[in-house]
Amino acid sequence: MSDTHAHSVAFVRTEPLPELPPPPGETGMVKWMQQNLFSSIPSSILTLVSLYVIYLLVAFVAPWMANGIWNTDSLAECRTALDGATGACFSVISERWNQLLFGFSYPTEFYWRPGLAFILLFVAAAPVMFFDLPRKMLIFTGLYPFIAFWLIWGGTIYTPLFALAGVVVGYLVYSRYVKDSFAMGFFGGVIAAFITWFIGGYIVDAIAPAEPFLEAVASRNMGGFMLNMILGVVCVSLSLPLGIVLALGRQSDMPIIKWICVVFIEFIRGVPLITLLFVANVVLAFFLPPGTTFDLILRVIIMITMFSAAYIAEVIRGGLAALPKGQYEAADSLGLDYAQAMRLIILPQALKISIPGIVNVAVGLFKDTVLVSVISMFDLLGMIRGPILSSTEWNGVYWELFMAASVLFFVVCYGISQYSQWLERRLATDHR
Amino acid sequence: MTSVTDPPQGSFRLSMLLNDTRYRSYTFQFIALVLLIAFMAYLGINLVRNLAAQGLNISFSFLGDPAGYDINQRPIEYDSQSTHLRAAVVGILNTLIVAFLACVTATIFGVTAGVLRLSSNWVVRKLMSFYVEIFRNIPVLIWIIIIFSIMTVAMPAPRAFRGDNATSSMLFESFAFTNRGVYSPAPVIDGAAGWIVVGVFIASIIGIFAYRKFATKKLYDTGQLLPTFWPSVAMFFVPTILVYFILGRPITLDYPSLQGFNFQGGLHLRGSLIALWFALAIYTGAFIAENVRAGIQAISKGQTEAAASLGLRPGRIMNLVVLPQALRVIIPPLISQYLNITKNSSLAIAVGYMDVTSTLGGITLNQTGRAIEAILLLMLFYLTISLLISGVMNVYNNSVKLQER
Amino acid sequence: MKKTAFYGALTVAGFAASMASAATLDDVKERGVLNCGVTTGLVGFASPDANGVWDGFDVGVCRAVAAAVLGDSDAVEFVPTTGKTRFTALASGEIDMLARNTTWTFSRDVDLKFEFVGINYYDGQGFLVPRDLGVSSAKELDGATVCIQTGTTTELNLADYFRSNNISYEPVPIETNAEGQQQYLAGACDVYTTDASGLAATRAAFENPADHVVLPEIVSKEPLGPLVRHGDNDWADVVRWSLNALIAAEELGVTSANIEELAAAPTGNPEVNRLLGTEGELGAMLGLEADWAKNAIAAGGNYGELFEKNIGENTPIGLARGLNAQWTDGGLLYSPPFR
Repeated sequence: MSDTHAHSVAFVRTEPLPELPPPPGETGMVKWMQQNLFSSIPSSILTLVSLYVIYLLVAFVAPWMANGIWNTDSLAECRTALDGATGACFSVISERWNQLLFGFSYPTEFYWRPGLAFILLFVAAAPVMFFDLPRKMLIFTGLYPFIAFWLIWGGTIYTPLFALAGVVVGYLVYSRYVKDSFAMGFFGGVIAAFITWFIGGYIVDAIAPAEPFLEAVASRNMGGFMLNMILGVVCVSLSLPLGIVLALGRQSDMPIIKWICVVFIEFIRGVPLITLLFVANVVLAFFLPPGTTFDLILRVIIMITMFSAAYIAEVIRGGLAALPKGQYEAADSLGLDYAQAMRLIILPQALKISIPGIVNVAVGLFKDTVLVSVISMFDLLGMIRGPILSSTEWNGVYWELFMAASVLFFVVCYGISQYSQWLERRLATDHR
Repeated sequence: MTSVTDPPQGSFRLSMLLNDTRYRSYTFQFIALVLLIAFMAYLGINLVRNLAAQGLNISFSFLGDPAGYDINQRPIEYDSQSTHLRAAVVGILNTLIVAFLACVTATIFGVTAGVLRLSSNWVVRKLMSFYVEIFRNIPVLIWIIIIFSIMTVAMPAPRAFRGDNATSSMLFESFAFTNRGVYSPAPVIDGAAGWIVVGVFIASIIGIFAYRKFATKKLYDTGQLLPTFWPSVAMFFVPTILVYFILGRPITLDYPSLQGFNFQGGLHLRGSLIALWFALAIYTGAFIAENVRAGIQAISKGQTEAAASLGLRPGRIMNLVVLPQALRVIIPPLISQYLNITKNSSLAIAVGYMDVTSTLGGITLNQTGRAIEAILLLMLFYLTISLLISGVMNVYNNSVKLQER
Repeated sequence: MKKTAFYGALTVAGFAASMASAATLDDVKERGVLNCGVTTGLVGFASPDANGVWDGFDVGVCRAVAAAVLGDSDAVEFVPTTGKTRFTALASGEIDMLARNTTWTFSRDVDLKFEFVGINYYDGQGFLVPRDLGVSSAKELDGATVCIQTGTTTELNLADYFRSNNISYEPVPIETNAEGQQQYLAGACDVYTTDASGLAATRAAFENPADHVVLPEIVSKEPLGPLVRHGDNDWADVVRWSLNALIAAEELGVTSANIEELAAAPTGNPEVNRLLGTEGELGAMLGLEADWAKNAIAAGGNYGELFEKNIGENTPIGLARGLNAQWTDGGLLYSPPFR
């Protein structure tokens, strides 16, 4: 420095020099790689190993995927078309796509019905999932179960209409009496709803047209991924209220009620779902009045609902426990009774804390619906392991089918877990 | 509940059962109890009527009858003339074996992936996220079947090892990877001398733990830091190897060899066991990785910085400051993952691994038609295991609870 | 909100599942559909095709019963059952009859309280091995790995056979026939064992059936037949005689081709007349229409036609009649007389 100055005292630069680019090692790709990939010797080794693993995966899968054949009618044809080259026979997916989605006995001409129900599901779920949407959309959410039931199962529209009527009557009774006492309103509402359904059942039998607008499809004909979706959505929705009741019961001061809930929850959580499905499949019939049977799908729904209710109850119990004690005391000091305190103060907050946990349970439950394939129901996996793999045309196609099943599940589960993370971040900011 | 609000004695009215908070809870409990009993009675009466109508009965005497079927993986003596009860016990042991193996492996996978997900290395981080997301979001049953299919379709059959122009060969002349499973050398313990070697080995492992505990105590008491790594390694190898050679090599290896249709001798890990083991390990490992990551991230950065400002080296920061705190967060969900592994091992039925669901809840149920009894016993078994594990978890939780002062 | 829909469904289900009485025949007539339990898929015996239409030999029996009772061979709801679920499904009334190649054994008949109404296929357990294994007898299978489909009598027979011959084996239990094929073809087991008919059906689905041989040993008797619940004799009679009608029709030369002609007017053979309802009151005795047997036979043809169409020598499965020939041809099929 001083040397330079010594030689050039007479000249002082008046303009700044143009900025030089930083040295190549300190910027862009190189810098990033140095920091993120080769910061130390162990890190470099890890990087190289990982790159090698990725290379192996890609080298193994890419040609198989790229050579895939989509338009043959049987495995033999596909093998001929491939002519010894490595390649996937995706034609099994394109040929059996409808079966994978809807099972093999849902009438082909009615595929639009579950399809429409599926699309409407998003409309119905939107106001629950995103709080910014207009609250009026919740009305549609309330109507959705009846619409979906009617679309998927078909039959006379009076069945869902009377079911809806029961709910409306129950709600009216509830809102009439809830001011006096919550218990009275609640039980009154439930009883009124049951009476409506009971009477409605006879009326439906009497007035049902022989040729309903939407032809009825028996539960037994549900299959494929649609069955997984039905089981997942129905069981999660049903287990929420049940889970809340169980969680409140477990926290209750009344010892008998508390112990009933504890025993139920611990029992269900202690046994694998598969044994509960065995119960639904082979044992439950012994506990029903002689001669009555009801759908396997309904029995399975009952069992899975009990299963997930126990898990959701534990999540909600965690939420209840996480609420500061002050909230309970504040509710008491306002003179609210138990029902009011829970309904207006405790549950809204506890549920909000529990949402990520509930979503986790829901994702787990949705994945567990494939277990029904073990009890001879043709869900997505059941379709693959049963009719498709045992058919003469596609005997011996494994990877393509399992890949299709994996992709379908991955898309749904990954989507939900991303939503859950987004929600967690959003709820976290609310607290600040 | 002061004396002011106390109602006058003897003025109890029926309506108070509903309106007075002191009595209302009794009313509710009474109603709940009556409903419960009524419900149970309803189910019981239905059961009795159904059984009577079909001329059946509930009886556990079938457990004493000969099972009549064979089981391939037999941890204890069993043949087709053994009883159904013994078949169930074989199944229980098989369940415990696969659950134990899967728990150990899942922990290794999970901890590795969880730590690497926090690595500063971008590729490794992304690869681990990929692993976690892929395995977490696809049902475990599908993974079990996929890995089983890989085992059977992609591995060579034993006959590929046969003849002069065999297409497959054994690894180091001692391991054979076939589609019937993996055959590896099995140690054969030769009389008392062999057992002494085993005893020495176990003793030295206990010694390692004792030494480490001693070192930690010394560190906390006096601040003096004893070396642990090299002494541990020495204790692990030296005594056992010394005794082994002194006693004249009493433990030999039994190598598998191809005889007749199959490899004979050695240790046979069946394809169904491997499929179930790895599928459970790799699937649950993804969940454990998330728990580990959350556990480490739950330790506030201040702790690390405080430790660093005290002059601790990064390794020590991890061992002495971060891990002890993180473990408190990690272990409870870890134990419930172990519970999940045990319960998910019942999916063995999909690959024909003979666990308790396949023996008692599978073949025994099919052969005897005793559905209610078999499923009841099956549920009781899993319930017992779950309660045991929950008990362990509660004991642990109490022992690591923050000592609040 | 969903909770209520659920209760709604329960209520509706409650009405739909009105008390099924002991009289299965009345239930089936009222319902208009026969619930028939079949396998989850075994080519030739019962399997759904690409459009979900069930087809096969056992399915033919279900259709014949439906035609006899309801006059419509399509009025059948096929309920797929596994080895584990089939008996409970029948006992609980979920299905009216089970036609799922089920072996008639003492304990199933007596202890599990089922009524086997007859035998529609005389089978026996056999062994399938690859030709290049060089095995010509099951006695040479010492130390072999054997794939067995669980939930059948097969595993018991196998244990007995190997035990009595004092040879060892390694059992590999598998859940479905498709998985058995996968294991066997990959060489994960040396031998595949199940009923000989099932082996033939499985082998037929192979790419190169000629590379595999069925060993000569048949190690068990497997009389397969449809069954119903104990205690409902009227319904058992309907199923039994529908099956017998198929067998008798073959013996009497009544086929789906000539049945219209034979049933139009009484023929010279009184037994044909009684069978087809042009003479006597057999249908009324069963509580069915007079032309019940005609419908049953017209549904898929007589026993011989069903056999040839689904599993006979001209199908990929290629089973010979063997024991399942009429007694007049040296087989075991022998229908009691219609009188």
